[in-house]
Amino acid sequence: MAKFAKVSFQKDEMNKKLSTFFKGMLDNGVVDAVLAPMVQSNNGVRLSLVTSPDHAPLLDPFAPVAAVSGAKIASSLTARPSGRSLAMVLHPCEIRAVVELSKLKQVNLDNVLLIGTDCLGRYENTDFVKFKKEGGTSEAFLGNALAGKTAVQDFDICGACKICEFPTAATADLNLVVLGAGSGDVYIEALTEKGEQALDKSGAGSSAAPAGRDEAVKKLVATRTEARDKTLAEYRDATNSFEALADKLANCVNCYNCRVACPVCYCKECVFVTDTFRHTGEQYMMWADQSGKLKMPNDTLFFHLIRMTHMSLSCVGCGQCTSACPNDIDLVPIFRAGAEKTQARFDYQAGRSFDEALPLSEFKSDEMEEVTGQVK
Amino acid sequence: MSDFEPQIVAFFCNWCTFTAADLAGTSRLSYPPNLKIIRVMCSGMVDPKYVVKAFLNGADGVLIGGCWPGDCHYINGNLKARRRVANVNEILKQFGIGEERFWLRWIAASEGTMLQEVAIEMTKKLKELGPSPLRSLAQAAV
Repeated sequence: MAKFAKVSFQKDEMNKKLSTFFKGMLDNGVVDAVLAPMVQSNNGVRLSLVTSPDHAPLLDPFAPVAAVSGAKIASSLTARPSGRSLAMVLHPCEIRAVVELSKLKQVNLDNVLLIGTDCLGRYENTDFVKFKKEGGTSEAFLGNALAGKTAVQDFDICGACKICEFPTAATADLNLVVLGAGSGDVYIEALTEKGEQALDKSGAGSSAAPAGRDEAVKKLVATRTEARDKTLAEYRDATNSFEALADKLANCVNCYNCRVACPVCYCKECVFVTDTFRHTGEQYMMWADQSGKLKMPNDTLFFHLIRMTHMSLSCVGCGQCTSACPNDIDLVPIFRAGAEKTQARFDYQAGRSFDEALPLSEFKSDEMEEVTGQVK
Repeated sequence: MSDFEPQIVAFFCNWCTFTAADLAGTSRLSYPPNLKIIRVMCSGMVDPKYVVKAFLNGADGVLIGGCWPGDCHYINGNLKARRRVANVNEILKQFGIGEERFWLRWIAASEGTMLQEVAIEMTKKLKELGPSPLRSLAQAAV
C-alpha cells in the first residue's frame, strides 16, 4: 500500500509550498542534492542541481517543459558517481529512460532517489518561452490541463505528449501527484521502501491517498492510448513503404540532432560519425555512376533505420527527437510505431521495470524458433 | 517475371555455413548462382547495417547462415544473431520488406545438401515474390 503525504496550497503558492518539501529533504539530510526543474533568467526553466536549501524556492517541478531529456543529465551526474546522495525530479518519460540507461550502465542509481511528477505534457522550448511571457505558471497550466485544456494561443503540448500513455512514473521512488489530487493539493506518493523512508525523514507528514487518483489516471491513460492508436494507425497507413518513409525523411540533413537529443541512443560513439562513413571522393563518384546521380548528404534514410535498430527497443516516446529536428520532421510517430513492433516482438516495454533485461543483451538456446523455422 | 533473377546477399559463418558451401562445391551439388556469398567469422557479427544497406542498395533478399544453436564456434554468436534478425525483421516489415526476403538459417558444416536446398528454396521464393520494392529507391540512391 503506497504511502502519501499531502501538500496543500493557496492560489499561486504551489511552488512555494512544494519548495518546503525540497527544503526539508535537504535540511533533514534525506539527500545531499536535488536535481529539479528551476526557474532561470529570461523565462527559461532548466534542470538544476541544488545543494543549498536556500535555492529551493526557485524550483518549479511541474514546469511543462523538458529542454533536454533529464535522463541524459542523470547520466552525466551518475555514470561516474559523486558518492553523494541525489534526488532527481523528472518527468515519467525521463524516468523510463533512466531505467533503460541504468540497464546499459550509463546511469548509476546507487545513491539516487527518483522522484516522478505526474505529467500532463510539455511545450516545445520556444513555445514554453511564449507561455511564460504571457504570464503562464505551472500551477495555472496544471489547472487547465487537468480540465483538458492544454492549448494556449497558437500552440499546444508536444505531439509526443498527446499520444503518451504514461502520465505517471511507475518506477520512481516518490511521485508528485496531481492527477486526482483535487485543486489546491499536491500529494507525495511513496512507491518504494526507499521512497517511504525519504518521505518520513523529509518531514512532509502523511495523509490518506487522494480519493480520485486511480480513476483520474485511468481516464487520462485511456484518452492518450486512444490518441496514440489513432496517430500510429494514420502514420502506418501513410508510411507502409520505404518510398513513403523516404518522403517523410526528405528534409533530413544528417545533422544527427535527433540522435544527440535521444536519451536512449546509447552508443558512446555513433558509427555514423566514424571513419566507416567517411568515404573517398572516388567512392561517392562510383555511387553516383550507378544511377547517374547521388543525393547529398547521402545515407539519410539509412541513418534513421539503423538508429531504429539500435534504440527502438528502449524508445520511451519522449519526443525529444522531434523537438530537436531543425527541419520539422516529425520523428515521433516513426520511432514510436517502430518501437511498438520491436518491443512487442520481445514482450518488452522500455522503462517498465528494472528487472527486465534489454532484449538484445540476453539470449537463450531454446527460444524464437520461428526465426529460422528449423528444429533439430 | 520468368526472366527475373533475384540478387541474394548471403552472409555465411566461417565455421559452419561457409564450410557447408565448400562441401556442396566439392560434392558437386549445384545451386543457383543468385547467392552472392560473403564469408563472415560468425553469424553474430552480421551487423544490422549490412542487412539494411544490402536492401537499400537493391538486394532482393538477404540470407544469413550460421551454426545450429549449441554448435557456435564462439559459443553463442548465433543466438545473438537470432535476436538481432527478429529485431531487424520487425523494422523492415513495416516498410514492405517482409520476413520472406530476410532469412536466417542454421546450416552445419556437414549439411552441404541443406545449403543446396536452402539456396534453391530462397531463389524460388524470391522469383515468385518478384524484385524488391526497394529497387526503384536504390536507383534514387537515398
